[in-house]
Amino acid sequence: MITVKGLTKRYARNTAVDHISFEVQKGQIVGFLGPNGAGKTTTMRMLTCFLTPTGGSATVAGFDILEQPLEVKKRIGYLPETPPVYPEMRVGEYLSFVGQLKGLSRGDLESRVGYACERCSVADVRNKLIGKLSKGYRQRVGLAQAIIHNPDVLILDEPTAGLDPKQINETRDLIKSLAGDHTIILSTHILPEVSQTCEQVIIINKGKIVATDSVSNLQHRARSGESVLVEVGGRNGNLDPAAVQRKLEQVAGVNRVIAKSDGQKRAIFEVESGPNKSVRGDVARAVVESGWDLNELRAASMSLEEVFLQLTGTEAPAEMEVVAATAGGQKE
Amino acid sequence: MKNIWIICRKELRSYFVSPIGYILLVTFAVIAGFFFWTIVNGVLQVTMEAQLEGEPYPMNINEQIIRPLLLNLSVIQLLLIPLITMRLFAEEKRTGTIELLATSPITDVEVILGKWLAAVLMYSCMLGTVVLDMLFLFRYGQAAWKPLAVGCLGMLLQAGGLLAIGTFISSLTRNQIIAGAVTFGACLLLFVMGWVSAYDGATWATVLSYLSLNSHFDSFAKGVIDTKDVIYDVTVIFVGLFFTARSMESLRWRS
Repeated sequence: MITVKGLTKRYARNTAVDHISFEVQKGQIVGFLGPNGAGKTTTMRMLTCFLTPTGGSATVAGFDILEQPLEVKKRIGYLPETPPVYPEMRVGEYLSFVGQLKGLSRGDLESRVGYACERCSVADVRNKLIGKLSKGYRQRVGLAQAIIHNPDVLILDEPTAGLDPKQINETRDLIKSLAGDHTIILSTHILPEVSQTCEQVIIINKGKIVATDSVSNLQHRARSGESVLVEVGGRNGNLDPAAVQRKLEQVAGVNRVIAKSDGQKRAIFEVESGPNKSVRGDVARAVVESGWDLNELRAASMSLEEVFLQLTGTEAPAEMEVVAATAGGQKE
Repeated sequence: MKNIWIICRKELRSYFVSPIGYILLVTFAVIAGFFFWTIVNGVLQVTMEAQLEGEPYPMNINEQIIRPLLLNLSVIQLLLIPLITMRLFAEEKRTGTIELLATSPITDVEVILGKWLAAVLMYSCMLGTVVLDMLFLFRYGQAAWKPLAVGCLGMLLQAGGLLAIGTFISSLTRNQIIAGAVTFGACLLLFVMGWVSAYDGATWATVLSYLSLNSHFDSFAKGVIDTKDVIYDVTVIFVGLFFTARSMESLRWRS
């Protein structure tokens, strides 16, 4: 449905998007993931023909974005980061204006406006001025605007930004329910959003794609480099943490042992092993055979966040951890 | 064509859902009415004095009332045109709705023409209030309608050019005040730059006076359609809209 080849956007001083290529199949939901300023919005703006790329090409529904922009635009519904609404218009008026812009015939207009209102649950505010609506409603009007002409492709730029947790969940459910009829690309910098809504993830950083994979593969990848947390206790209250560490390092398959805390009675270590190799049994045996107590042994699998940070090479922003913890929060 | 009308209708609506449309109409009507009243009064004074002296005064409503009124209004419009055009693109750029227009299956030219046409129609409504004043002249005097129609056509053509310039300037910024102020400056400069030829006979002064607005309006006010003036106005319209199109295109490269 969407094919992107070597798409590039260069400005005077910097390169916002650098030779990115990817494909999206019909009916998929693809998450475009990356830190702020990674080039997500720029890429989306090029796909929607708002920006002209400096290099490369892309086709949407079989039409080239440079050669046949009007055909592409007919088949795309786009929700920019701030919903493109006119505060002085009523919701119904606005939607029928957009419907006309998108080329709906007079006969279809009324039913499509009704459908979009129904689908995005804005039917109850249809006669209200958009300027008087709350942020959540405005976002939904923005979504209704994007689906009004029943486009093949939906491009949504941070559709949940600035919403409260309840609205975020509602919006995600809405997007998931739209997936059957439309191919969807959505950008976000919130990880749980991707794992909850998308099938495919494209991780982008500093204008380059650093990973393209399905969500389950990425999570698998996260787990493949296994790390195990081991808590070791001394049998009669005496424990030599250094000795334990040495012993653990000798276990076959172990790459690295990090002492998390050490004490006379118990010490915690993080044992990292190579991919596709479970060392848990060997670690347990080694501890017990050396005459120590094995208090706890559990897998500390890498989360999606860690994969993301590993791939983008950025420090964990406090904001992202908080958001991850509450499974969906607000931007900034 | 249909797309131009969709944009135009939306723009016209937004003039009249906000107070701006009504404020423009009332301001123009009040100022035009005031000038109309003073000019009519002046003419009456002169004719009365002439009668007292026993000499009949040759009355020509078109020459003595309509023409000076139109000349006055062609100056007044310099103040009001920036108010019509300043929000056209600046507001869309500020709120981000320009993204909606630019990603809809409609060409930039259609967007520009729709917006400009809405501005011209808004201006026509303002001009319409003056025509109401003029109706009194037809009721109580013998005015000729043809010179008046030509005068109005001239006003429209000249305003069309200024509105195109205003549309262009509005597309350069996301700040309405900047758009308005710069448009006002440009309109005023275009109006006064011919004055240099009064003091200087050099070629550049003559060129400036050819390029200036006021040297192309007087024949319209007299009721004469001069091809030279029509070509001038149409050129200004074209150049203004052409630059707007270029400015829209540059948006696709820069933003």
